[in-house]
Amino acid sequence: MNATLKTSATRPGVEAIAAKGWLAAHKWLFLRRSSQVGILLLFLVGPWFGIWIVKGNLNFSYTLNFLPLTDPYVILQSLLARQVPEKLALIGVTIVVLFYLLVGGRAYCSWVCPVNLLTDFAYWLRVRLGLKGSAHISRPTRYWMLGMTLVAAAVTGSIAWEMVNPVSMMHRGLIFGLGLAWAVLLAVFLFDLFVMRHGWCGHLCPVGAFYSLIGRYTLTRIKLPAREACNDCMDCFAVCPEPQVIRPALKAIDGTPPVILESNCTNCGRCIDVCSKDVFAFGTRFNKVVNSVEPVTGVPQAAPK
Amino acid sequence: MDNENKPSAAARRQFLADTARMACGVGLLGLGVGLYARHAKALPPAAIRPPGALPETEFSAACIRCGLCVRDCPFDILHLAKPEEPMSTGTPYFVARQLPCEMCEDIPCVKACPTGALDHSLKDINKSKMGLAVLVDQETCLNFLGLRCDICYRVCPVIDKAITLDRQVNVRTGRHTHFIPVVHSDHCTGCGKCEKACPTEVASIKVFPLYMAKGQLSSHYRLGWVEKEKAGGSLGSAGCRAPVQHARGHEI
Ligand code: SF4
Ligand code: SF4
Ligand code: SF4
Ligand code: SF4
Ligand code: SF4
Repeated sequence: MNATLKTSATRPGVEAIAAKGWLAAHKWLFLRRSSQVGILLLFLVGPWFGIWIVKGNLNFSYTLNFLPLTDPYVILQSLLARQVPEKLALIGVTIVVLFYLLVGGRAYCSWVCPVNLLTDFAYWLRVRLGLKGSAHISRPTRYWMLGMTLVAAAVTGSIAWEMVNPVSMMHRGLIFGLGLAWAVLLAVFLFDLFVMRHGWCGHLCPVGAFYSLIGRYTLTRIKLPAREACNDCMDCFAVCPEPQVIRPALKAIDGTPPVILESNCTNCGRCIDVCSKDVFAFGTRFNKVVNSVEPVTGVPQAAPK
Repeated sequence: MDNENKPSAAARRQFLADTARMACGVGLLGLGVGLYARHAKALPPAAIRPPGALPETEFSAACIRCGLCVRDCPFDILHLAKPEEPMSTGTPYFVARQLPCEMCEDIPCVKACPTGALDHSLKDINKSKMGLAVLVDQETCLNFLGLRCDICYRVCPVIDKAITLDRQVNVRTGRHTHFIPVVHSDHCTGCGKCEKACPTEVASIKVFPLYMAKGQLSSHYRLGWVEKEKAGGSLGSAGCRAPVQHARGHEI
Protein backbone atom coordinates (compact mmCIF):
# COMPACT_ATOMS: atom_id res chain seq x y z
CA MET A 1 0.00 0.00 0.00
CA ASN A 2 2.82 2.33 0.92
CA ALA A 3 4.72 1.50 -2.21
CA THR A 4 1.60 2.14 -4.26
CA LEU A 5 1.13 5.54 -2.72
CA LYS A 6 4.76 6.45 -3.39
CA THR A 7 4.82 5.60 -7.07
CA SER A 8 1.52 7.25 -7.69
CA ALA A 9 2.63 10.31 -5.78
CA THR A 10 5.56 10.77 -8.15
CA ARG A 11 3.59 10.35 -11.33
CA PRO A 12 -0.10 9.54 -11.57
CA GLY A 13 -0.86 6.92 -14.18
CA VAL A 14 2.20 4.74 -13.64
CA GLU A 15 0.04 1.96 -12.27
CA ALA A 16 -2.41 2.24 -15.11
CA ILE A 17 0.39 2.03 -17.68
CA ALA A 18 1.70 -1.06 -15.95
CA ALA A 19 -1.75 -2.62 -15.86
CA LYS A 20 -3.13 -1.67 -19.28
CA GLY A 21 -0.18 -0.57 -21.37
CA TRP A 22 0.79 2.96 -22.39
CA LEU A 23 -1.67 3.29 -25.24
CA ALA A 24 -4.73 2.25 -23.29
CA ALA A 25 -3.66 4.47 -20.41
CA HIS A 26 -3.62 7.49 -22.75
CA LYS A 27 -6.52 6.64 -25.02
CA TRP A 28 -8.90 9.43 -24.08
CA LEU A 29 -6.13 11.95 -23.67
CA PHE A 30 -4.97 11.16 -27.17
CA LEU A 31 -8.48 11.36 -28.63
CA ARG A 32 -9.11 14.60 -26.81
CA ARG A 33 -5.95 16.27 -28.04
CA SER A 34 -6.76 15.06 -31.56
CA SER A 35 -10.18 16.64 -31.26
CA GLN A 36 -8.86 19.96 -29.94
CA VAL A 37 -6.11 20.22 -32.53
CA GLY A 38 -8.27 18.78 -35.31
CA ILE A 39 -11.05 21.31 -34.77
CA LEU A 40 -8.52 24.11 -34.75
CA LEU A 41 -7.01 22.79 -37.97
CA LEU A 42 -10.42 22.62 -39.64
CA PHE A 43 -10.71 26.34 -39.02
CA LEU A 44 -7.13 26.99 -40.10
CA VAL A 45 -6.91 25.15 -43.43
CA GLY A 46 -9.16 27.88 -44.87
CA PRO A 47 -6.93 30.86 -44.21
CA TRP A 48 -3.73 28.82 -44.56
CA PHE A 49 -4.37 26.77 -47.69
CA GLY A 50 -7.60 28.16 -49.08
CA ILE A 51 -9.50 24.97 -48.26
CA TRP A 52 -12.75 26.33 -46.91
CA ILE A 53 -14.35 23.61 -44.86
CA VAL A 54 -15.25 25.80 -41.91
CA LYS A 55 -15.56 29.57 -41.94
CA GLY A 56 -15.71 31.82 -38.91
CA ASN A 57 -14.70 30.99 -35.36
CA LEU A 58 -16.13 29.45 -32.22
CA ASN A 59 -18.63 32.29 -31.81
CA PHE A 60 -20.23 31.36 -35.10
CA SER A 61 -19.02 28.98 -37.75
CA TYR A 62 -20.41 27.87 -41.03
CA THR A 63 -19.36 24.42 -42.17
CA LEU A 64 -19.43 23.71 -45.92
CA ASN A 65 -21.89 26.58 -46.28
CA PHE A 66 -24.45 24.26 -44.76
CA LEU A 67 -24.07 23.75 -41.03
CA PRO A 68 -24.35 26.84 -38.81
CA LEU A 69 -22.97 26.55 -35.28
CA THR A 70 -23.39 29.40 -32.83
CA ASP A 71 -22.03 29.84 -29.33
CA PRO A 72 -25.13 30.17 -27.12
CA TYR A 73 -23.20 32.19 -24.55
CA VAL A 74 -22.39 35.00 -26.96
CA ILE A 75 -25.98 35.04 -28.21
CA LEU A 76 -27.25 35.26 -24.64
CA GLN A 77 -25.08 38.33 -24.14
CA SER A 78 -26.34 39.79 -27.41
CA LEU A 79 -29.94 39.25 -26.31
CA LEU A 80 -29.23 40.90 -22.96
CA ALA A 81 -27.75 43.82 -24.89
CA ARG A 82 -31.16 43.97 -26.59
CA GLN A 83 -30.37 42.63 -30.04
CA VAL A 84 -32.26 39.72 -31.54
CA PRO A 85 -30.10 37.84 -34.05
CA GLU A 86 -31.22 36.58 -37.46
CA LYS A 87 -32.51 33.07 -38.03
CA LEU A 88 -29.21 31.51 -39.10
CA ALA A 89 -27.55 32.36 -35.78
CA LEU A 90 -30.55 31.02 -33.88
CA ILE A 91 -30.53 27.73 -35.78
CA GLY A 92 -26.86 27.47 -34.89
CA VAL A 93 -27.63 28.01 -31.21
CA THR A 94 -30.23 25.26 -31.23
CA ILE A 95 -27.86 22.76 -32.82
CA VAL A 96 -25.05 23.57 -30.40
CA VAL A 97 -27.25 23.39 -27.30
CA LEU A 98 -28.71 20.05 -28.40
CA PHE A 99 -25.23 18.75 -29.16
CA TYR A 100 -23.85 19.63 -25.75
CA LEU A 101 -26.95 18.28 -24.06
CA LEU A 102 -25.94 14.98 -25.62
CA VAL A 103 -22.18 14.95 -25.11
CA GLY A 104 -21.84 16.88 -21.84
CA GLY A 105 -21.81 20.66 -21.33
CA ARG A 106 -18.20 21.12 -20.41
CA ALA A 107 -17.13 18.70 -23.09
CA TYR A 108 -16.74 22.06 -24.82
CA CYS A 109 -13.88 22.73 -22.42
CA SER A 110 -12.00 19.50 -22.79
CA TRP A 111 -12.67 18.64 -26.42
CA VAL A 112 -13.03 21.97 -28.23
CA CYS A 113 -11.75 25.06 -26.39
CA PRO A 114 -8.23 26.01 -27.49
CA VAL A 115 -7.42 27.66 -24.15
CA ASN A 116 -7.60 24.22 -22.56
CA LEU A 117 -4.42 23.27 -24.44
CA LEU A 118 -2.74 26.24 -22.82
CA THR A 119 -4.00 25.71 -19.28
CA ASP A 120 -3.40 21.95 -19.41
CA PHE A 121 0.15 22.71 -20.47
CA ALA A 122 0.50 25.16 -17.58
CA TYR A 123 -0.72 22.49 -15.17
CA TRP A 124 1.61 19.87 -16.64
CA LEU A 125 4.54 22.25 -16.28
CA ARG A 126 3.46 23.17 -12.76
CA VAL A 127 3.62 19.51 -11.75
CA ARG A 128 6.93 18.98 -13.55
CA LEU A 129 8.50 21.99 -11.87
CA GLY A 130 7.09 20.89 -8.54
CA LEU A 131 5.37 24.24 -7.92
CA LYS A 132 3.28 23.72 -4.84
CA GLY A 133 1.64 26.92 -3.57
CA SER A 134 -1.69 28.00 -4.96
CA ALA A 135 -3.82 31.05 -4.31
CA HIS A 136 -7.28 30.38 -2.99
CA ILE A 137 -10.35 31.45 -4.91
CA SER A 138 -13.42 29.32 -4.54
CA ARG A 139 -14.56 27.36 -7.57
CA PRO A 140 -18.03 28.95 -7.71
CA THR A 141 -16.31 32.28 -8.45
CA ARG A 142 -16.80 31.38 -12.11
CA TYR A 143 -20.57 31.78 -11.70
CA TRP A 144 -20.03 35.27 -10.34
CA MET A 145 -17.85 35.93 -13.35
CA LEU A 146 -20.62 34.60 -15.58
CA GLY A 147 -23.15 36.84 -13.85
CA MET A 148 -20.81 39.79 -14.16
CA THR A 149 -20.44 39.32 -17.91
CA LEU A 150 -24.22 39.11 -18.33
CA VAL A 151 -24.78 42.24 -16.26
CA ALA A 152 -22.04 44.01 -18.22
CA ALA A 153 -23.81 43.11 -21.47
CA ALA A 154 -27.13 44.42 -20.19
CA VAL A 155 -25.69 47.62 -18.69
CA THR A 156 -23.36 48.62 -21.53
CA GLY A 157 -25.69 47.43 -24.27
CA SER A 158 -22.79 45.66 -25.95
CA ILE A 159 -21.16 42.26 -25.83
CA ALA A 160 -18.65 43.69 -23.39
CA TRP A 161 -16.98 40.42 -22.36
CA GLU A 162 -15.90 39.78 -25.94
CA MET A 163 -13.44 42.63 -25.55
CA VAL A 164 -11.38 40.60 -23.10
CA ASN A 165 -12.57 36.98 -23.38
CA PRO A 166 -9.40 34.84 -23.65
CA VAL A 167 -11.32 31.98 -25.26
CA SER A 168 -12.51 33.90 -28.30
CA MET A 169 -9.34 35.98 -28.33
CA MET A 170 -7.25 32.86 -28.74
CA HIS A 171 -9.47 31.16 -31.28
CA ARG A 172 -10.20 34.27 -33.32
CA GLY A 173 -6.60 35.36 -32.95
CA LEU A 174 -5.18 32.13 -34.34
CA ILE A 175 -7.51 32.31 -37.33
CA PHE A 176 -7.80 36.04 -38.05
CA GLY A 177 -4.59 37.42 -36.56
CA LEU A 178 -3.49 37.52 -32.95
CA GLY A 179 -2.34 41.09 -32.40
CA LEU A 180 -1.77 41.76 -28.73
CA ALA A 181 -4.06 38.88 -27.74
CA TRP A 182 -0.91 36.87 -27.02
CA ALA A 183 -0.40 39.04 -23.95
CA VAL A 184 -3.80 38.08 -22.55
CA LEU A 185 -3.07 34.42 -23.23
CA LEU A 186 0.36 34.67 -21.65
CA ALA A 187 -1.28 36.19 -18.58
CA VAL A 188 -3.70 33.25 -18.34
CA PHE A 189 -0.80 30.81 -18.75
CA LEU A 190 1.37 32.45 -16.11
CA PHE A 191 -1.58 32.74 -13.74
CA ASP A 192 -2.22 29.03 -14.01
CA LEU A 193 1.46 28.18 -13.77
CA PHE A 194 2.58 30.33 -10.89
CA VAL A 195 -0.43 31.71 -9.06
CA MET A 196 -3.14 29.11 -9.02
CA ARG A 197 -3.59 25.45 -9.81
CA HIS A 198 -6.33 25.04 -12.44
CA GLY A 199 -6.81 28.76 -11.90
CA TRP A 200 -8.49 29.97 -15.06
CA CYS A 201 -10.52 26.97 -16.27
CA GLY A 202 -11.25 25.60 -12.84
CA HIS A 203 -12.25 28.78 -11.05
CA LEU A 204 -12.76 31.83 -13.22
CA CYS A 205 -13.71 31.25 -16.84
CA PRO A 206 -17.34 32.32 -17.42
CA VAL A 207 -17.49 30.40 -20.69
CA GLY A 208 -16.80 27.16 -18.87
CA ALA A 209 -19.31 28.21 -16.21
CA PHE A 210 -21.93 28.76 -18.88
CA TYR A 211 -21.36 25.35 -20.45
CA SER A 212 -21.48 23.73 -17.02
CA LEU A 213 -25.06 24.98 -16.77
CA ILE A 214 -25.91 23.01 -19.90
CA GLY A 215 -23.98 20.17 -18.24
CA ARG A 216 -26.61 19.86 -15.54
CA TYR A 217 -28.88 18.04 -17.93
CA THR A 218 -26.46 16.30 -20.25
CA LEU A 219 -26.82 12.69 -21.28
CA THR A 220 -23.20 11.55 -21.50
CA ARG A 221 -21.60 11.26 -18.08
CA ILE A 222 -18.78 9.33 -16.48
CA LYS A 223 -20.09 6.21 -14.78
CA LEU A 224 -18.25 4.15 -12.18
CA PRO A 225 -19.35 0.58 -12.82
CA ALA A 226 -16.56 -0.80 -10.62
CA ARG A 227 -16.19 1.73 -7.88
CA GLU A 228 -15.74 -0.94 -5.23
CA ALA A 229 -12.49 -1.91 -6.99
CA CYS A 230 -10.95 1.49 -6.17
CA ASN A 231 -7.67 0.97 -4.28
CA ASP A 232 -7.36 4.61 -3.20
CA CYS A 233 -4.33 5.32 -5.34
CA MET A 234 -5.73 8.84 -5.81
CA ASP A 235 -4.51 9.04 -9.40
CA CYS A 236 -7.89 10.16 -10.71
CA PHE A 237 -7.92 13.04 -8.22
CA ALA A 238 -4.43 13.99 -9.33
CA VAL A 239 -5.26 14.22 -13.03
CA CYS A 240 -8.82 15.52 -12.87
CA PRO A 241 -9.14 19.24 -13.59
CA GLU A 242 -12.22 19.32 -11.32
CA PRO A 243 -11.33 16.76 -8.64
CA GLN A 244 -14.22 17.74 -6.39
CA VAL A 245 -16.66 16.10 -8.83
CA ILE A 246 -15.24 12.60 -8.35
CA ARG A 247 -15.56 12.07 -4.61
CA PRO A 248 -19.34 11.83 -4.18
CA ALA A 249 -19.75 9.22 -6.90
CA LEU A 250 -16.58 7.27 -6.09
CA LYS A 251 -17.15 7.12 -2.37
CA ALA A 252 -20.94 6.83 -2.61
CA ILE A 253 -21.27 9.82 -0.31
CA ASP A 254 -24.89 10.25 0.83
CA GLY A 255 -25.83 7.33 -1.39
CA THR A 256 -24.67 9.04 -4.59
CA PRO A 257 -25.19 6.65 -7.50
CA PRO A 258 -22.09 5.49 -9.40
CA VAL A 259 -22.24 8.22 -12.01
CA ILE A 260 -20.67 11.67 -11.97
CA LEU A 261 -23.60 14.03 -12.26
CA GLU A 262 -21.64 17.10 -11.18
CA SER A 263 -21.99 19.58 -14.02
CA ASN A 264 -18.36 20.66 -13.85
CA CYS A 265 -17.03 17.28 -14.89
CA THR A 266 -15.61 18.08 -18.33
CA ASN A 267 -16.04 14.56 -19.74
CA CYS A 268 -12.35 14.59 -20.54
CA GLY A 269 -12.03 10.90 -19.73
CA ARG A 270 -8.65 11.31 -18.11
CA CYS A 271 -9.88 9.45 -15.03
CA ILE A 272 -10.73 6.47 -17.23
CA ASP A 273 -7.21 6.43 -18.66
CA VAL A 274 -5.41 6.79 -15.39
CA CYS A 275 -7.29 4.23 -13.31
CA SER A 276 -5.57 0.86 -13.19
CA LYS A 277 -8.70 -0.78 -11.79
CA ASP A 278 -11.01 0.38 -14.60
CA VAL A 279 -13.35 2.04 -12.15
CA PHE A 280 -14.52 4.65 -14.64
CA ALA A 281 -16.14 4.46 -18.06
CA PHE A 282 -18.22 6.68 -20.32
CA GLY A 283 -21.91 6.12 -19.80
CA THR A 284 -25.11 8.05 -19.45
CA ARG A 285 -26.58 9.93 -16.55
CA PHE A 286 -28.99 7.03 -16.09
CA ASN A 287 -26.22 4.50 -15.35
CA LYS A 288 -27.05 4.08 -11.71
CA VAL A 289 -26.23 0.39 -11.41
CA VAL A 290 -22.98 -1.00 -10.07
CA ASN A 291 -21.55 -4.14 -11.69
CA SER A 292 -21.08 -6.30 -8.62
CA VAL A 293 -23.06 -6.46 -5.43
CA GLU A 294 -22.26 -3.47 -3.31
CA PRO A 295 -24.05 -1.94 -0.38
CA VAL A 296 -25.60 1.22 -1.83
CA THR A 297 -25.14 3.04 1.46
CA GLY A 298 -21.44 3.33 0.78
CA VAL A 299 -20.66 3.73 4.46
CA PRO A 300 -17.96 1.02 4.53
CA GLN A 301 -16.13 2.79 1.70
CA ALA A 302 -16.29 6.20 3.22
CA ALA A 303 -15.61 5.17 6.80
CA PRO A 304 -11.84 4.46 6.62
CA LYS A 305 -11.14 7.98 5.37
CA MET B 1 -25.57 22.18 20.40
CA ASP B 2 -23.24 25.02 21.33
CA ASN B 3 -20.19 22.96 20.42
CA GLU B 4 -21.64 22.30 17.01
CA ASN B 5 -22.64 25.89 16.49
CA LYS B 6 -19.29 27.48 17.21
CA PRO B 7 -17.24 26.10 14.37
CA SER B 8 -20.14 26.51 11.99
CA ALA B 9 -20.46 30.16 12.99
CA ALA B 10 -16.76 30.65 12.37
CA ALA B 11 -17.08 28.81 9.10
CA ARG B 12 -20.02 30.97 8.20
CA ARG B 13 -18.06 34.13 8.95
CA GLN B 14 -15.19 32.83 6.83
CA PHE B 15 -17.63 31.97 4.06
CA LEU B 16 -19.21 35.42 4.18
CA ALA B 17 -15.80 37.09 4.14
CA ASP B 18 -14.70 34.95 1.20
CA THR B 19 -17.90 35.66 -0.66
CA ALA B 20 -17.63 39.39 -0.04
CA ARG B 21 -14.03 39.41 -1.21
CA MET B 22 -14.90 37.47 -4.32
CA ALA B 23 -17.93 39.64 -5.09
CA CYS B 24 -15.79 42.78 -4.75
CA GLY B 25 -13.08 41.35 -6.98
CA VAL B 26 -15.50 40.24 -9.65
CA GLY B 27 -17.44 43.50 -9.34
CA LEU B 28 -14.31 45.58 -9.87
CA LEU B 29 -13.38 43.46 -12.85
CA GLY B 30 -16.89 43.96 -14.21
CA LEU B 31 -16.57 47.70 -13.77
CA GLY B 32 -13.31 47.60 -15.69
CA VAL B 33 -14.82 45.57 -18.51
CA GLY B 34 -17.85 47.88 -18.63
CA LEU B 35 -15.78 51.05 -18.79
CA TYR B 36 -13.50 49.51 -21.39
CA ALA B 37 -16.53 48.54 -23.49
CA ARG B 38 -18.06 52.02 -23.17
CA HIS B 39 -14.80 53.59 -24.12
CA ALA B 40 -14.53 51.47 -27.25
CA LYS B 41 -18.03 52.23 -28.44
CA ALA B 42 -17.04 55.27 -30.49
CA LEU B 43 -15.53 54.16 -33.76
CA PRO B 44 -12.12 55.67 -34.53
CA PRO B 45 -12.11 58.03 -37.55
CA ALA B 46 -10.21 55.78 -39.95
CA ALA B 47 -12.29 52.64 -39.33
CA ILE B 48 -15.32 52.17 -41.56
CA ARG B 49 -17.86 49.43 -40.92
CA PRO B 50 -18.99 47.12 -43.76
CA PRO B 51 -22.18 47.99 -45.69
CA GLY B 52 -25.44 47.69 -43.79
CA ALA B 53 -23.81 47.88 -40.36
CA LEU B 54 -26.27 48.91 -37.68
CA PRO B 55 -25.58 52.16 -35.85
CA GLU B 56 -22.50 51.74 -33.66
CA THR B 57 -24.35 51.40 -30.35
CA GLU B 58 -26.46 48.55 -31.69
CA PHE B 59 -23.65 47.06 -33.71
CA SER B 60 -21.52 46.26 -30.68
CA ALA B 61 -24.49 44.35 -29.25
CA ALA B 62 -25.47 42.53 -32.42
CA CYS B 63 -22.14 41.58 -33.98
CA ILE B 64 -20.82 38.33 -32.50
CA ARG B 65 -17.34 38.83 -33.95
CA CYS B 66 -17.47 35.73 -36.14
CA GLY B 67 -15.72 37.13 -39.19
CA LEU B 68 -18.07 35.59 -41.75
CA CYS B 69 -18.33 38.99 -43.44
CA VAL B 70 -14.54 39.12 -43.62
CA ARG B 71 -14.44 35.69 -45.25
CA ASP B 72 -17.10 36.36 -47.84
CA CYS B 73 -15.76 39.71 -49.02
CA PRO B 74 -14.29 38.85 -52.44
CA PHE B 75 -11.91 41.81 -52.29
CA ASP B 76 -10.63 40.94 -48.84
CA ILE B 77 -10.95 44.48 -47.55
CA LEU B 78 -12.35 43.68 -44.11
CA HIS B 79 -10.44 42.96 -40.90
CA LEU B 80 -11.49 41.94 -37.41
CA ALA B 81 -10.25 44.44 -34.83
CA LYS B 82 -7.34 43.18 -32.74
CA PRO B 83 -7.36 43.83 -28.99
CA GLU B 84 -4.93 46.73 -29.27
CA GLU B 85 -7.04 48.56 -31.83
CA PRO B 86 -9.29 51.29 -30.47
CA MET B 87 -12.67 49.71 -31.14
CA SER B 88 -14.63 46.68 -29.97
CA THR B 89 -12.26 43.71 -30.20
CA GLY B 90 -13.17 41.31 -32.97
CA THR B 91 -15.56 43.57 -34.88
CA PRO B 92 -15.14 44.06 -38.64
CA TYR B 93 -13.93 47.25 -40.31
CA PHE B 94 -11.98 48.48 -43.27
CA VAL B 95 -9.57 51.35 -43.83
CA ALA B 96 -10.51 53.16 -47.02
CA ARG B 97 -7.04 54.46 -47.79
CA GLN B 98 -5.73 50.89 -47.76
CA LEU B 99 -8.56 49.08 -49.55
CA PRO B 100 -11.95 50.65 -50.16
CA CYS B 101 -15.23 48.80 -50.47
CA GLU B 102 -15.89 47.77 -54.07
CA MET B 103 -19.64 47.98 -53.56
CA CYS B 104 -20.45 44.46 -54.78
CA GLU B 105 -23.88 44.38 -56.33
CA ASP B 106 -24.92 41.22 -54.45
CA ILE B 107 -23.40 42.48 -51.15
CA PRO B 108 -21.89 39.13 -50.02
CA CYS B 109 -20.73 40.52 -46.69
CA VAL B 110 -24.28 41.35 -45.65
CA LYS B 111 -25.58 38.01 -46.87
CA ALA B 112 -22.93 36.20 -44.84
CA CYS B 113 -23.74 37.91 -41.56
CA PRO B 114 -25.60 35.40 -39.38
CA THR B 115 -26.86 37.90 -36.82
CA GLY B 116 -28.09 40.85 -38.84
CA ALA B 117 -25.43 43.14 -37.39
CA LEU B 118 -25.10 43.87 -41.09
CA ASP B 119 -28.73 44.63 -41.83
CA HIS B 120 -30.23 42.12 -44.24
CA SER B 121 -32.83 44.63 -45.37
CA LEU B 122 -30.09 46.37 -47.35
CA LYS B 123 -30.65 45.09 -50.88
CA ASP B 124 -29.24 47.92 -52.98
CA ILE B 125 -25.57 48.65 -52.30
CA ASN B 126 -26.08 52.20 -53.56
CA LYS B 127 -28.29 52.80 -50.54
CA SER B 128 -25.59 51.78 -48.06
CA LYS B 129 -24.21 54.31 -45.61
CA MET B 130 -20.86 53.01 -44.47
CA GLY B 131 -19.65 56.53 -43.87
CA LEU B 132 -19.51 59.86 -45.61
CA ALA B 133 -16.76 61.37 -47.73
CA VAL B 134 -15.58 64.81 -46.71
CA LEU B 135 -13.23 67.01 -48.68
CA VAL B 136 -11.11 67.62 -45.64
CA ASP B 137 -8.36 69.81 -47.04
CA GLN B 138 -9.10 72.57 -49.51
CA GLU B 139 -5.49 73.68 -49.27
CA THR B 140 -4.20 70.47 -50.81
CA CYS B 141 -7.05 69.29 -53.02
CA LEU B 142 -5.68 69.71 -56.54
CA ASN B 143 -9.01 70.88 -57.93
CA PHE B 144 -9.13 73.59 -55.30
CA LEU B 145 -5.66 74.63 -56.44
CA GLY B 146 -7.06 75.11 -59.93
CA LEU B 147 -5.99 71.84 -61.58
CA ARG B 148 -8.28 69.34 -63.30
CA CYS B 149 -7.44 66.33 -61.13
CA ASP B 150 -11.06 65.16 -60.85
CA ILE B 151 -9.90 61.72 -59.74
CA CYS B 152 -12.26 61.39 -56.79
CA TYR B 153 -15.12 62.39 -59.01
CA ARG B 154 -14.20 59.91 -61.73
CA VAL B 155 -13.68 56.89 -59.45
CA CYS B 156 -16.88 57.44 -57.51
CA PRO B 157 -19.26 54.54 -58.22
CA VAL B 158 -22.14 56.95 -57.74
CA ILE B 159 -20.62 59.61 -59.99
CA ASP B 160 -22.62 62.82 -60.49
CA LYS B 161 -24.83 62.00 -57.55
CA ALA B 162 -22.46 61.39 -54.64
CA ILE B 163 -19.80 63.74 -55.97
CA THR B 164 -20.41 66.61 -58.34
CA LEU B 165 -17.97 69.15 -59.65
CA ASP B 166 -19.32 72.61 -58.99
CA ARG B 167 -17.84 75.39 -61.00
CA GLN B 168 -16.53 78.54 -59.38
CA VAL B 169 -14.47 81.44 -60.66
CA ASN B 170 -10.77 81.11 -60.02
CA VAL B 171 -10.26 84.47 -58.41
CA ARG B 172 -6.48 84.12 -58.44
CA THR B 173 -6.17 84.01 -62.21
CA GLY B 174 -9.44 85.73 -62.87
CA ARG B 175 -9.75 83.80 -66.12
CA HIS B 176 -10.13 80.18 -65.10
CA THR B 177 -12.65 77.95 -63.39
CA HIS B 178 -12.34 75.87 -60.24
CA PHE B 179 -14.07 72.52 -60.47
CA ILE B 180 -14.91 72.03 -56.83
CA PRO B 181 -15.67 68.45 -55.75
CA VAL B 182 -18.81 68.51 -53.63
CA VAL B 183 -20.03 65.41 -51.78
CA HIS B 184 -23.76 64.89 -51.34
CA SER B 185 -24.66 62.92 -48.26
CA ASP B 186 -27.90 61.55 -49.65
CA HIS B 187 -26.02 59.58 -52.32
CA CYS B 188 -22.53 58.99 -50.90
CA THR B 189 -22.23 55.40 -49.65
CA GLY B 190 -18.95 55.93 -47.84
CA CYS B 191 -17.23 53.28 -49.93
CA GLY B 192 -13.97 55.21 -49.74
CA LYS B 193 -12.91 54.83 -53.36
CA CYS B 194 -12.36 58.58 -53.55
CA GLU B 195 -10.09 58.55 -50.52
CA LYS B 196 -8.15 55.61 -51.85
CA ALA B 197 -7.66 57.26 -55.24
CA CYS B 198 -6.84 60.80 -54.13
CA PRO B 199 -3.29 61.42 -55.44
CA THR B 200 -2.12 63.85 -52.78
CA GLU B 201 0.44 62.42 -50.35
CA VAL B 202 -2.17 62.35 -47.62
CA ALA B 203 -5.68 62.09 -49.00
CA SER B 204 -7.45 65.43 -49.29
CA ILE B 205 -10.82 63.74 -49.38
CA LYS B 206 -11.50 61.22 -46.63
CA VAL B 207 -14.32 59.00 -45.54
CA PHE B 208 -15.42 59.19 -41.92
CA PRO B 209 -17.99 57.29 -39.91
CA LEU B 210 -21.31 59.10 -40.24
CA TYR B 211 -21.36 60.35 -36.68
CA MET B 212 -18.15 62.26 -37.35
CA ALA B 213 -18.90 63.54 -40.81
CA LYS B 214 -22.51 64.57 -40.64
CA GLY B 215 -23.93 67.68 -39.06
CA GLN B 216 -27.53 68.04 -38.07
CA LEU B 217 -29.78 71.07 -38.09
CA SER B 218 -31.82 71.84 -35.01
CA SER B 219 -35.21 70.24 -35.31
CA HIS B 220 -37.07 73.55 -35.37
CA TYR B 221 -35.23 74.76 -38.45
CA ARG B 222 -37.38 75.06 -41.57
CA LEU B 223 -35.83 75.78 -44.93
CA GLY B 224 -38.15 78.24 -46.58
CA TRP B 225 -37.54 77.06 -50.11
CA VAL B 226 -38.05 73.41 -49.20
CA GLU B 227 -41.27 74.21 -47.37
CA LYS B 228 -42.46 76.20 -50.35
CA GLU B 229 -41.76 73.35 -52.70
CA LYS B 230 -43.64 71.01 -50.42
CA ALA B 231 -46.63 73.34 -50.34
CA GLY B 232 -46.92 73.99 -54.07
CA GLY B 233 -44.20 72.65 -56.29
CA SER B 234 -44.16 75.05 -59.20
CA LEU B 235 -43.86 78.21 -57.19
CA GLY B 236 -41.08 76.69 -55.13
CA SER B 237 -38.92 75.69 -58.04
CA ALA B 238 -39.38 78.98 -59.79
CA GLY B 239 -38.53 80.92 -56.70
CA CYS B 240 -35.55 78.85 -55.73
CA ARG B 241 -33.70 77.53 -58.74
CA ALA B 242 -33.66 80.51 -61.01
CA PRO B 243 -31.39 82.70 -58.91
CA VAL B 244 -28.90 79.90 -58.42
CA GLN B 245 -28.55 79.31 -62.13
CA HIS B 246 -28.35 82.99 -62.60
CA ALA B 247 -25.52 83.28 -60.15
CA ARG B 248 -23.65 80.42 -61.80
CA GLY B 249 -24.00 82.05 -65.13
CA HIS B 250 -22.29 85.06 -63.71
CA GLU B 251 -19.39 83.12 -62.34
CA ILE B 252 -18.49 81.31 -65.49
S1 SF4 C 1 -13.03 26.79 -18.67
FE1 SF4 C 1 -13.08 28.34 -20.26
S2 SF4 C 1 -11.00 28.52 -21.03
FE2 SF4 C 1 -11.13 26.62 -19.83
S3 SF4 C 1 -11.53 25.08 -21.33
FE3 SF4 C 1 -13.52 25.74 -20.55
S4 SF4 C 1 -14.19 27.40 -21.93
FE4 SF4 C 1 -12.02 27.03 -22.29
S1 SF4 D 1 -14.14 13.28 -13.45
FE1 SF4 D 1 -12.93 12.36 -15.08
S2 SF4 D 1 -13.93 13.05 -16.98
FE2 SF4 D 1 -14.66 14.35 -15.33
S3 SF4 D 1 -13.30 16.12 -15.39
FE3 SF4 D 1 -12.47 14.67 -13.88
S4 SF4 D 1 -10.98 13.44 -15.03
FE4 SF4 D 1 -12.29 14.48 -16.52
S1 SF4 E 1 -19.70 45.28 -50.58
FE1 SF4 E 1 -18.21 43.85 -51.42
S2 SF4 E 1 -16.23 44.91 -51.27
FE2 SF4 E 1 -17.66 45.99 -49.95
S3 SF4 E 1 -17.30 45.04 -47.96
FE3 SF4 E 1 -19.03 43.99 -48.87
S4 SF4 E 1 -18.15 42.24 -49.87
FE4 SF4 E 1 -16.46 43.65 -49.44
S1 SF4 F 1 -20.65 38.56 -40.14
FE1 SF4 F 1 -21.93 39.88 -38.86
S2 SF4 F 1 -21.73 39.06 -36.78
FE2 SF4 F 1 -20.05 38.22 -37.98
S3 SF4 F 1 -18.34 39.62 -37.67
FE3 SF4 F 1 -19.39 40.30 -39.53
S4 SF4 F 1 -20.83 41.82 -38.81
FE4 SF4 F 1 -20.18 40.66 -37.02
S1 SF4 G 1 -17.09 57.54 -50.57
FE1 SF4 G 1 -16.35 58.77 -52.28
S2 SF4 G 1 -16.29 57.37 -53.98
FE2 SF4 G 1 -17.60 56.41 -52.40
S3 SF4 G 1 -19.66 57.06 -52.87
FE3 SF4 G 1 -18.85 58.55 -51.45
S4 SF4 G 1 -18.02 60.15 -52.71
FE4 SF4 G 1 -18.29 58.39 -54.03
